[in-house]
Amino acid sequence: MSDTSFKISVGEALTAEQITAQASKPTDAVARYALRLGDDALVLAQRLGWWIARAPELEEDIALGNIALDQLGHARSFLSYAALAWDKTEDDLAYFRDEHEFTNVQLVEQPNGDFAHAIARQFIVAHFQFELYRRLTGSSNDMLAAIAAKAVKEVDYHRDHATQWVLRLALGTEESRRRMIAGLGVMWPYVEELFEDDELVTSLGDAAVPPSTLREDFDRAVGAVLAEAELDVPQGFVARGGGRRGVHTEFLGPLLAEMQVLARAHPEATW
Amino acid sequence: MAHQASDTRASAMGTSVTTESDSAGQARFDELIAADQRIEPADWMPDAYRKTLIRQISQHAHSEIIGMQPEGNWITRAPSLKRKAILMAKVQDEAGHGLYLYSAAQTLGVGRDRMTEDLISGKAKYSSIFNYPTPTWADMGSIGWLVDGAAICNQVPLCRASYGPYGRAMVRICKEESFHQRQGFEILLHLSRGTAEQKAMAQESVNRWYAPALMMFGPPDADSPNSAQSMAWNIKRFSNDDLRQRFVDMIVPQAEVLGLTLPDPAIRWNEERGHYDYGDLDWDEFYEVLKGRGPANAIRLERRRQAHEDGAWVREAAAAYAARQQASVVERIAS
Amino acid sequence: MSKKPVAAATDTMTDTATVQDADVWPLWEVFVRSSRGLSHLHAGSLNAPDAEMAVRNARDLYTRRNEGVSIWVVPSSAITASDPDEKDAFFESPRGKEYRHASYYTESEGVKHL
Repeated sequence: MSDTSFKISVGEALTAEQITAQASKPTDAVARYALRLGDDALVLAQRLGWWIARAPELEEDIALGNIALDQLGHARSFLSYAALAWDKTEDDLAYFRDEHEFTNVQLVEQPNGDFAHAIARQFIVAHFQFELYRRLTGSSNDMLAAIAAKAVKEVDYHRDHATQWVLRLALGTEESRRRMIAGLGVMWPYVEELFEDDELVTSLGDAAVPPSTLREDFDRAVGAVLAEAELDVPQGFVARGGGRRGVHTEFLGPLLAEMQVLARAHPEATW
Repeated sequence: MAHQASDTRASAMGTSVTTESDSAGQARFDELIAADQRIEPADWMPDAYRKTLIRQISQHAHSEIIGMQPEGNWITRAPSLKRKAILMAKVQDEAGHGLYLYSAAQTLGVGRDRMTEDLISGKAKYSSIFNYPTPTWADMGSIGWLVDGAAICNQVPLCRASYGPYGRAMVRICKEESFHQRQGFEILLHLSRGTAEQKAMAQESVNRWYAPALMMFGPPDADSPNSAQSMAWNIKRFSNDDLRQRFVDMIVPQAEVLGLTLPDPAIRWNEERGHYDYGDLDWDEFYEVLKGRGPANAIRLERRRQAHEDGAWVREAAAAYAARQQASVVERIAS
Repeated sequence: MSKKPVAAATDTMTDTATVQDADVWPLWEVFVRSSRGLSHLHAGSLNAPDAEMAVRNARDLYTRRNEGVSIWVVPSSAITASDPDEKDAFFESPRGKEYRHASYYTESEGVKHL
């Protein structure tokens, strides 16, 4: 776009509107990379939004609401940026793609279950996103670096929030411990997929962060909390993954159907 | 509705037994009210004043909490990401407002857990407006424009309520709520200027919400037995009918901007009064809904009960963890 | 001086420390510093299981519109307040001592830098 206009720099609080108005058009590969990170955040925000008015206490309604809003903000930034490559909008991407076109990891689409399920999913995602965004702030793509710079601070808090709850549920009562272990057991099979490199990431070089490079730090951070919570790292079944290629578990379809129903009923409309 | 629990608490505090210090307290209280000063939690206050406040503030809090549901319904289906973010922030605000109000009620000696119990057992009331369903997206607009608009008319004077913690909670709420009405108006404006289907959706929704919103100000003054006392205590500053008139005067020109009509053929400008006239409301329906026979009453309460009960193990776990941490600190100090 | 039983008197001391109903999660008072250089001011209260969660809940509840750069939380039960029944004894003394205020000294009016 215009070179005299606003220059987005790392550390700025970006909004989707600013990105749409001011970012320059990304390459197709960068856009597809932004899209997958945006899809992770969008699907997670959709899951978390469900909790508002259903959390165990009002204070937690508000906490989960903040986390959902952060994730939705990240999703909007990434999708708005990606959309520029294809002359689309964030809403075109969110509402008018079909299930197989979504490239989020399967972990984020897993159902809410009970509070321990939600915390287990949060615990894994937040640690993953923290390690990812931390590195992405050094991306050779300024826009990705700028989005990551805002996001990393927010997911740092999400990490802390999940950690506090893992400790309390694991060491609280017998029932909460049982549920925490069950929740981790349900979510853990989807950890492997988070760290798989693929062609797109490799082709992007310094612009992207190969997820395999996050694994060590993730294991260390997560392991420390689990140890403090007197929990073992869950073992066993590993899901086959494929979310980045548009292969999903049976849970994404209904999630999208609900999310997209109104927008698709009025394809011509603006809101 | 009688809050017997609070009665016993109040008498446990010695406020219902007439003693020498009570009459001094009453004199001091009357003096403060006459001077339009604030009453603070530590002050002596008449039993009935305390009871009225507990009832009103906790009902207000319950309304915020139940009020999360009709809009919460649409968070997962909001038609654009921007609207989704706004709606989420708004519903989250309502949780916050409920919390501020519960805190204000807690200064009067009633616990949050007890208030929650009163709500989910059906003992406590909440604003009947939230017993109406939200079948369409346009209802997000109508709730913001009409319901929040009416709430703001009610709440702005409450910022000066004589009970300090209540007034302070209301100041914070009014400040945060200013965006709620505007975003609702904006939703309707976009629908009204959108496709024919969207406009019809907006009009149909306004038709449903208009009368219930007007009823939010409570029964006509002649049928509102508690109003006079509340006004004497400076809890309430304007009568139900005055506030309702103020609201009608506000929304008639706004409806014109929206390009939508209000479903009341009697609305017309009255030059003599300097106000808009409006038609009679169906108060029988109001009392039906108030008694819990509104279309969504059972659903709202059931949902609240379920969230509370599903969360019990989490609250207990956190409390147990806290107790254990404390015990281990004591142990470390002792050894 | 106070005719009230001790427990009731201390319970009604602060804004929010009056809770006689016990909640599963106790009540906390929240103080927020709105920007550097200013004091922490009482913002309100909330229920939380422990201090760590209280400070996080306070962040989520009381600073979601940029209201703060620092937060304190204090268990409501830890606050000791002056006795409302002793208002006169506590707060009478400063009255009539106007000479503590600059406005008492009128003869220097019009003199610069004083």
